[in-house]
Amino acid sequence: MTPEPAAPPPVLLTRHTYTSITNKIAGIVLREGTGRVWLLAFGIGLALFGMLGVAITVLLYAGIGIWGVNIPVAWGFAITNFVWWIGIGHAGTLISAILHLLRQSWRQSINRFAEAMTIFAVMCAGLFPLLHLGRPQFFYWLLPYPNTMSLWPQFRSPLVWDVFAVSTYFTISLVFWYVGLIPDLATLRDRSQSRIGRAVYGVFALGWRGSARHWQRYEMAYLLLAGLATPLVISVHTVVSFDFAVAQLPGWHSTVFPPYFVAGAIYSGFAMVVVLTIPLRAAYGLQDIITERHLQNMAKIMLATGLVVTYGYALEAFMAWYSDNPYERYVQWNRLLGPYGWAYWVTLLCNVGIPQLLWLQRVRRSAAGLFLVSCVVLVGMWFERFVIVVESLHRDFLPSSWGTYWPTKWDFMTFFGTFGLFLTFFMLFVRFVPMISISEMRLLLEEKEEEQAVS
Amino acid sequence: MKTSSRLWGLVAEFESPTTLLVAAHRVREAGYRRIDAHVPFAIEGLPEALGFGRTGIPFLVLCGALLGAAGGYFMEWYGMAIWYPLNVGGRPLNSWPLFIPITFELAVLVGGLTAVAGMLLLNRLPMPYHPLFNVPRFARATQDRFFLAVEATDARFDRRATAEFLRDLGASEVSEVAR
Repeated sequence: MTPEPAAPPPVLLTRHTYTSITNKIAGIVLREGTGRVWLLAFGIGLALFGMLGVAITVLLYAGIGIWGVNIPVAWGFAITNFVWWIGIGHAGTLISAILHLLRQSWRQSINRFAEAMTIFAVMCAGLFPLLHLGRPQFFYWLLPYPNTMSLWPQFRSPLVWDVFAVSTYFTISLVFWYVGLIPDLATLRDRSQSRIGRAVYGVFALGWRGSARHWQRYEMAYLLLAGLATPLVISVHTVVSFDFAVAQLPGWHSTVFPPYFVAGAIYSGFAMVVVLTIPLRAAYGLQDIITERHLQNMAKIMLATGLVVTYGYALEAFMAWYSDNPYERYVQWNRLLGPYGWAYWVTLLCNVGIPQLLWLQRVRRSAAGLFLVSCVVLVGMWFERFVIVVESLHRDFLPSSWGTYWPTKWDFMTFFGTFGLFLTFFMLFVRFVPMISISEMRLLLEEKEEEQAVS
Repeated sequence: MKTSSRLWGLVAEFESPTTLLVAAHRVREAGYRRIDAHVPFAIEGLPEALGFGRTGIPFLVLCGALLGAAGGYFMEWYGMAIWYPLNVGGRPLNSWPLFIPITFELAVLVGGLTAVAGMLLLNRLPMPYHPLFNVPRFARATQDRFFLAVEATDARFDRRATAEFLRDLGASEVSEVAR
């Protein structure tokens, strides 16, 4: 007989009551003043956000010639960053929708800020294709609307599917997050000491009073939203991968792209959740609510999705050989040894090599170790997208259409500027909205008490 | 009577979800019908205890999703095959497999928005004023206390007897709610 496995660490550490958990989480928002750590993070965010503003202003004035993109590599940083950011958003929806359907109650401690992360990441992502249009003032040409030329968008094009997928994803993520927020906004309305607080939270709480009839409909709507968001999140990165896979270019035209993109999205998304969770729980003393259990579970999901991504890399190499297509073979050799070979090796090191440390319980258990591995994964996933975008574009079928791509300082300013956008919004969220769902924590408490009553 | 017309009902406060659940069962058994509970989180079994029926939301969402899907496909087919037919490499004008992604996205979009709008409208939210907000202790309904409200319009409602009954069920406090 195998020995009984050790019980997993608990989801909640301290013996909280309904009152204490409400006080603790609402207190973060309602207590006076802002911490020094918050101000520092917000300041950094705002500075980078300002840099983004400069980069965009110059871009609108001068045109995208200031970026490094040109024919043949017309996509460059903009599309790399778009795919990377939108992938990060996927973990938030996975936590809030898929884990809700699977009744994983540990998700209740982290779903709120993971959903906020999704919204802000999709905002950063959406910025890139819009700026990349070249004439962003005509963004509405992407949408079907009655126009004097009586033209429609080409609905057979994956790029148009992307418009629908990303805008649906943003809208549904936003309403999902807001619906989850309504009971907590009512809590803040009823606890706020200031007139402005009561008025503002009151307006957004919509007069929620916790009626059992309301809760019943609320729970049903929430469940159905989770059910709709689950296939949605998978469809979004699938459609993003179609932007590549439907094209004929060697290295892009591949059926492994949709699952490989979705797994990569969840991989990088969980890495981002871990990177946000570890400083947040330390700064606000939330170790009793976001416990080792949460970190370990996220580490295991990263390990699993990382292996799917590894399988994607292996299959790309295998298909290049097995297809016996000279162009596909060339792309694979070029990935390994070409002018951007170093980027592919960084990808392999960061996404395949270093994350294998997560097999060790010592790494999964140490906050610092997990934080570092997650940062490495974020870097690796960015390089993966860079390799996908640039590698196939810079060497296609005809040597006469070969070229190289090198980003300019404006590319870097725009990319790092979006971190500012993300950080600024995220810090505002942490300051003004409960970052953990209070009503779901009460539910978790009740379930825990029932378990104890049974055992 | 003047006093009763100014009275919206009674609200009883309970310390735990378990006592509230038992009380809800008993109040319903005693024949009260215009009752509702106000609680800080969704308690399993509470809607059944209060005798609430189905929510009707799943059907609305199904209609919304089907409408989104049908509308999405119609838009693509009409735009690509009727309004501005464009022959791309001899592919069929009604190239349905390529129309599926947008059809699906619009089904999710309209279905999801229907779920939210349906929930809010059926709940009559936003509702800035409700008589229960007049009770100072009711602020804890969104925090850590569990409330059971009986409306004065209920056929069995009696100001004194109902209050007594609620106290017997373990309510720590019973308050009158002004209209």
